[in-house]
Amino acid sequence: MKRSSLWGWLWVLLGAVYFLLPLYGTFDFSLRAQRGKLSFTAYQSALTDPEFLRTFAFSFRMAVFTIILSILLIVPTAYWVHLRLRRLRPVVEFITLLPFVVPGIILVFGTIKLYSKPITLFGFTLLPALTNTHATTDILLVAGYSVLALPYMYRAVDTGLRTIDVRTLTEAAQSLGAGWGTILWRIILPNLRTALLSGALITFATVIGELTLATFLARPAFGPYLALLGNHKTYEPSALAIISFVITWAAMGVIQYISRGNPSQIAGGR
Amino acid sequence: MAFLELTHINKTFNQTTAVHDFNLAIEGGEFVSFLGPSGCGKTTTLRMVAGFEQPTSGRIVMDGVEITNTAPNQRNIGMVFQSYALFPNMKVADNIGFGLMVAGKPSSEIKKRVAEMLSLIKLEQLGDRYPFQLSGGQQQRVALARALAIRPQLLLLDEPLSALDAKIRVSLRNEIRAIQRQLGITTIYVTHDQEEALSLSDRVVVMNHSLIEQVGTPFEIYNFPKTAFVASFVGTLNSLPAEVLDAATGLLRVDGQEIHTTQPLKAAKNGDKITLALRPELFRLNRTAVGENQLSGRVENILFLGAIVRIQVRLRETLLAMDTFNNPHLALPSLGEEVTVSFSPEACLVLDTK
Ligand SMILES: Nc1ncnc2c1ncn2[C@@H]1O[C@H](COP(=O)(O)OP(=O)(O)OP(=O)(O)O)[C@@H](O)[C@H]1O
Ligand SMILES: [Mg+2]
Repeated sequence: MKRSSLWGWLWVLLGAVYFLLPLYGTFDFSLRAQRGKLSFTAYQSALTDPEFLRTFAFSFRMAVFTIILSILLIVPTAYWVHLRLRRLRPVVEFITLLPFVVPGIILVFGTIKLYSKPITLFGFTLLPALTNTHATTDILLVAGYSVLALPYMYRAVDTGLRTIDVRTLTEAAQSLGAGWGTILWRIILPNLRTALLSGALITFATVIGELTLATFLARPAFGPYLALLGNHKTYEPSALAIISFVITWAAMGVIQYISRGNPSQIAGGR
Repeated sequence: MAFLELTHINKTFNQTTAVHDFNLAIEGGEFVSFLGPSGCGKTTTLRMVAGFEQPTSGRIVMDGVEITNTAPNQRNIGMVFQSYALFPNMKVADNIGFGLMVAGKPSSEIKKRVAEMLSLIKLEQLGDRYPFQLSGGQQQRVALARALAIRPQLLLLDEPLSALDAKIRVSLRNEIRAIQRQLGITTIYVTHDQEEALSLSDRVVVMNHSLIEQVGTPFEIYNFPKTAFVASFVGTLNSLPAEVLDAATGLLRVDGQEIHTTQPLKAAKNGDKITLALRPELFRLNRTAVGENQLSGRVENILFLGAIVRIQVRLRETLLAMDTFNNPHLALPSLGEEVTVSFSPEACLVLDTK
């Protein structure tokens, strides 16, 4: 074996140890709920806790709403920016990066401060206080999540739009009689399938683990549940960490699988 | 009234004028080309007809109906793009049927029409392919079928062959023309390739710097160019600087040698410097008939262009190119040989008088 490839293998090994050792440690620890033998007891108790199911289901619902809202907001926006407002692209890109700059805690307190009182104009109530009921608080939560998902979702959609010739495809469809709805639904969305899927999965992962917004809006989400669990239990948090790790990797695998050899991505709309 | 009428069309983007006072009437069934160098406003004019751009001023009337401000999806105009612009997520058949699907036609009718179009472009077998599984030439034929499937009143093509290689360009352009004749559809074809424009069109619109230079049949454009630009842009041309000796009789001096022209010298006075234009195929070598002009010089270069041989002759200063048909018995002069080049007085066009 040549010297250089020996070095290469050494680095790969080091990297693998660096990433896999903690994972192995966590996994090993999660199996030791029963003294003296390895078992899946921690997994069993974590998964059968009714709170687990309740909070996971709640966060799952919120994630789905967030994904729908993000797609509805971002696809037409990014499409229009590509088509007609090219000069505004840097501005829009900057806005979508704001969630990285503004901490979640500021987002949630701003939200609470603004929407916990009715919004009025000249004595007319435009919007009642949204934090008063669970349902309206969930609206705030989904809106907040959509903001947090903005950088990922926008980037994914933007990348997807770059792989097709948006302007010419739009004009071709228009000359064939299509209106904006048809163009978005039949041409733009199908060609963004891969991009939307990866955006959606990243959004999903973000929402499922999100702590700050859910805690301060006092909703029974999975993130706060995980945090709480960490304070009370010993082995279950490790089991859940392994489970979320598996879910994340499964999601990435799905993205890989679906984007593999996608004709629309190869043809690039030419 | 003509089928399509463009009257006093102007288009400015911010400060730049893309199209200036464009007037054109196109008859039903006519094949018209817009020909001109890059940036002269061909695409912009076509896009205004398609409805993708709004004219700054002027009117567009199609079949008696003003469509200047009609939305592009209400115009019933088929468009073919340089980049094909097939929908990558749809199979060939769905691409062709897209316009009918949008119009809400029943699927049996769509299927029938798609099959019809596939056989028109001779791609019956490829309906189930995706665009990326086709060659460029096949993709552009599908794009043509897609545009024609909706039975448009007008067909627009913007440099549809520029992305293809030379062989396919020629065969596909003949195919486009054959289909256009078969359907009798009014067509506007944008190109910067003069050969394409001349060989395809009923009429050619030559444009330069956002203006129309000349509108005419290919024969008129080539043989009777109205402006210096048209003469030099269409075909190969020799430009000869000349001095007017006698404006009344058309006596001129080129590089110290005297020749005649029968073309009107406009307002030229004796002693004026003018430019003459001569097509290389109108010269003959060493055979002067009575009444013909004759210039002598030395053979500087001989170029084989296949069917044509181009002989470059140096007068005292000016270099002349003359074309002659190639044949195995052709007696060519040798390099450096003294020759005479002759041409009729009608052949020398007077372009501009300075
Ligand atoms: N959207 C636009 N904004 C600003 N200027 C434009 C726009 N579209 C075209 N122009 C300008 O208008 C002029 C004509 O452009 P046009 O695309 O019509 O040229 P063309 O004849 O089609 O050239 P080519 O052969 O290169 O395609 C050019 O100077 C171009 O820069
Ligand atoms: Mg153009």
